[in-house]
Amino acid sequence: MFSDYSWSELGSIFAMQGFAGLILFSVFVLMALGLAIIFGQMGVINMAHGEFMILGAYVTWLCSGLFETWLPALFGGYFFFAMVAAFAVTALLGSAVEWLMVRHLYRRPLDTLLATWGLSLLMQQGFRSIFGAREVGVSLPDWMLGSIAITDIIEVPINGLFVMALTLVIAVSVWFLLFRSSFGLRTRAVVQNRAMAGATGIDTERVDRMTFAIGCGIAGVAGSAFTMIGSTGPTSGQAYIVDTFLIVVFGGSASLLGTVAAAFSISQAQSTLEFFLSGSMAKVITLVTVVLILMIRPEGLFSPKIRR
Amino acid sequence: MTTLPSFLRRHDLLAFAILAALIVIVLPMTLDIFRLNLVGKYLTYAFVAVGLVLCWGMGGILSLGQGVFFGLGGYAMAMFLKLEASSPEATAIQSTPGIPDFMDWNQLTELPAFWIPFQSFTFTLFAIVALPAVLSGLIGYAMFTRRVSGVYFAIITQAIAAIATILIIGQQGYTGGVNGITDLRTLLGWDIRSDSARYTFYFINAALLLGVLFGALYVQRSRLGRLMTAVRTSEDRVRFSGYSVAHIKVFVFCFAAVLSSIGGAMFTLQVGFMSPTLVGVVPSIEMVIYCAVGGRLSVFGAVYGTLLVNWLKTSLSESFPELWLFGLGGIFIAIVMFFPFGLAGLYTSAKDRLFRKRAVEPSAGSESSPGKTPSTSTTATSGTTSTTGLDAKVSAT
Amino acid sequence: MSIEHNTSCVLAIEGLTVSFDGFRAVDDLDLYVDEREIHVVIGPNGAGKTTLLDLICGKTRASAGSIRFRNHELTKLNENRIVHRGVGRKFQNPSIYDDLTVVENLELSFPRGKSVFGSLFFQRDNDVVERIDEVAEMVFLEDHLTSQAGLLSHGQKQWLEIGMLLIQNPELLMLDEPVAGMSMAERAKTADLLNRITDNRSVLVVEHDMKFVEDIADRVTVMHQGAKLAEGSMSDIQANPKVVEVYLGQ
Repeated sequence: MFSDYSWSELGSIFAMQGFAGLILFSVFVLMALGLAIIFGQMGVINMAHGEFMILGAYVTWLCSGLFETWLPALFGGYFFFAMVAAFAVTALLGSAVEWLMVRHLYRRPLDTLLATWGLSLLMQQGFRSIFGAREVGVSLPDWMLGSIAITDIIEVPINGLFVMALTLVIAVSVWFLLFRSSFGLRTRAVVQNRAMAGATGIDTERVDRMTFAIGCGIAGVAGSAFTMIGSTGPTSGQAYIVDTFLIVVFGGSASLLGTVAAAFSISQAQSTLEFFLSGSMAKVITLVTVVLILMIRPEGLFSPKIRR
Repeated sequence: MTTLPSFLRRHDLLAFAILAALIVIVLPMTLDIFRLNLVGKYLTYAFVAVGLVLCWGMGGILSLGQGVFFGLGGYAMAMFLKLEASSPEATAIQSTPGIPDFMDWNQLTELPAFWIPFQSFTFTLFAIVALPAVLSGLIGYAMFTRRVSGVYFAIITQAIAAIATILIIGQQGYTGGVNGITDLRTLLGWDIRSDSARYTFYFINAALLLGVLFGALYVQRSRLGRLMTAVRTSEDRVRFSGYSVAHIKVFVFCFAAVLSSIGGAMFTLQVGFMSPTLVGVVPSIEMVIYCAVGGRLSVFGAVYGTLLVNWLKTSLSESFPELWLFGLGGIFIAIVMFFPFGLAGLYTSAKDRLFRKRAVEPSAGSESSPGKTPSTSTTATSGTTSTTGLDAKVSAT
Repeated sequence: MSIEHNTSCVLAIEGLTVSFDGFRAVDDLDLYVDEREIHVVIGPNGAGKTTLLDLICGKTRASAGSIRFRNHELTKLNENRIVHRGVGRKFQNPSIYDDLTVVENLELSFPRGKSVFGSLFFQRDNDVVERIDEVAEMVFLEDHLTSQAGLLSHGQKQWLEIGMLLIQNPELLMLDEPVAGMSMAERAKTADLLNRITDNRSVLVVEHDMKFVEDIADRVTVMHQGAKLAEGSMSDIQANPKVVEVYLGQ
């Protein structure tokens, strides 16, 4: 298969697949960041994470319809509004879920898994009942359509660049939030030593709730980005949940950098393989490799050395 | 009670008799063959749920990929039946006679190598037991010797279920793809679609299930069962008592895998097809909830839980399809948050309330004979007191 | 470094070192335990005493050095293999099976049927019953056989854990603060118990209670900051100025 192409063509193919991979990578990073915060920092498995993402996608779709009908003049910039709205809505729902359900289950991680799976079923059916069973498409403003040609052969879609820029901004903001703000300090204190954090006056319940909400909010923004690469339907969230968990675990759940690195390697491997093999085999080989590596090194790529 | 095997208590025997009466006598007499066949299908899921009682309820190992093993048994049986239905005479109109129809549609010209051994019924039966044992053994050994913990293990099994589904669907020439392997007709010349066949398979299934329950109870009440509970709550102490925790976990994981596989094979026989919709993440997690509804620690509860949830599913999704998914999601949440002891817990508390006077006896028994380890028969009573505590107490996992 | 084959020495630790991210919890330690000896390790908090026990029983891997138990090298073995060799370890917090009865706790520790299939077919026959009775009596629990272990008093839980180790007939018994949380009467009984069981085994104890140590110790090793500060009989140690300084300087 490789012999069909010349070297420069191969290079361009890799570059274009690389870009396609980078878009996928950005979505993976956004989803995994939200999950890494919730799982890596809090030890909570949120099986409904994909549904929170799709909620953000639906909010984006609603905004696009809203702006198209009522504020056509501002349609060019609606996407920024949509992202903020997506964040707000999913964070709010995340807050409610934490308060109602998750906080009772902190010492039972496997039960949290089952309960949030139930939540994902509820959300999927909710989407179906409210928005219909068919997939919806989000219309983008003109400036986001089309591509930029870098060389004769290599073209990069603008929405892809937008998504990558967005991911960068959010990843950096999250890093700032966790490691440079006082809120982040309090969050890390609660994670590392809950009893002491409580004893020094930190409202641990509030920190938990906000952390969970932020993780869901980031998923919501990922959903906005997702509308550019896939169509939005009630079950679309299911397609990525397995990948996202693997990314978080593969990267070593305690490390944000590890999460990014894992997202990069998995998305690149998948999209490069996709060009040469069928889509399903590419995915299978990528996932099998990740699982095998995890079986040999369960703590992931970037976790600190364990004491044994 | 001297004729009873020493590990069965009186209440076990009662529960066994009630269940046996239900599935062997009551249901076949009151239901038509169509509905009985449905019950038979549910009972095949129960194999998975019973395996999870040992693996998850007692051992604390949550596998979100039992569908893979269900599929191994199911596909093995389906492959055998499909080959039997694809004799050169029956497939004379195909471009390549003698191979299954879906292979012909996918322009395959000969039987893939891995299908060939399934022409033998003996091999198929052997594969139904051996394949899941080997696969689960490899996965379990790799992970448990490295002390992979509950959450990571669950995520990895989920990934494996996803991989299996993608593989099966993507390679439709070899596996029948998303539709699965269908149009199965005869088993060793005997038509499996006839009513008499369905009755026979139902009773074979019921008998197998009762046998499996017997075996599962034996394991539960043996020292190995106590060990699994100990591993779930104090893994380190078990290690320092000289046991290999990894071996214990591998064994129970393999046991659950083989049970699931047997269920899958019986499914194929009774329902007449096998598809990837029974292999992936969604059915695997659903089978976990059957076990949870039953009470997680009770093998009988697992069977009742399976029957209950599936009965609800069939009745609700016919009349109120939207309501069903809400209902199922609600069941997950309600069981985890409000009914962790499930049906078995409801049964035990009802029994305790009814027989409150009787509950005083066992402690009186131990007071009257201090200073000596109770002999085997009184051990049963004091054992009952403690294991009821074990049964009812669902430790945080 | 060759190890002298000393036939009266049950446990020979030489050059044992372990460091966690640069911090040396145990630093080039030498320690010898003789047959039928009760050897006590004392030292201020953080001296590395519990880590020492972790290293011997296999819970932690050493960075350097050797631990020879009757000429078997322990540093490369898994925990359950070390238990099979004859080393039993009691933890600081009573580590018993709360949900099971005293009988079941002792039975699970009975040294038969330790493999998966062995445990599947294990039967509680007369040998087992007699041995459980015997050990229960040794650890003062003969009246509590059917009590749930989680409901015992703290001192009784400690005794149960010691019983669970004794029933395995270890040649080396390691106890981490066995009398923590016990009353004076219970401590006296425990000292009595330990003095009785040395007919065919050695005991390595980590403790803080000096009166208790005086009652049981044949030899004492003082650890400080991961290394051996002093060693000898109890009176030697009490007279040692370095030891006094380390303890009084706290």
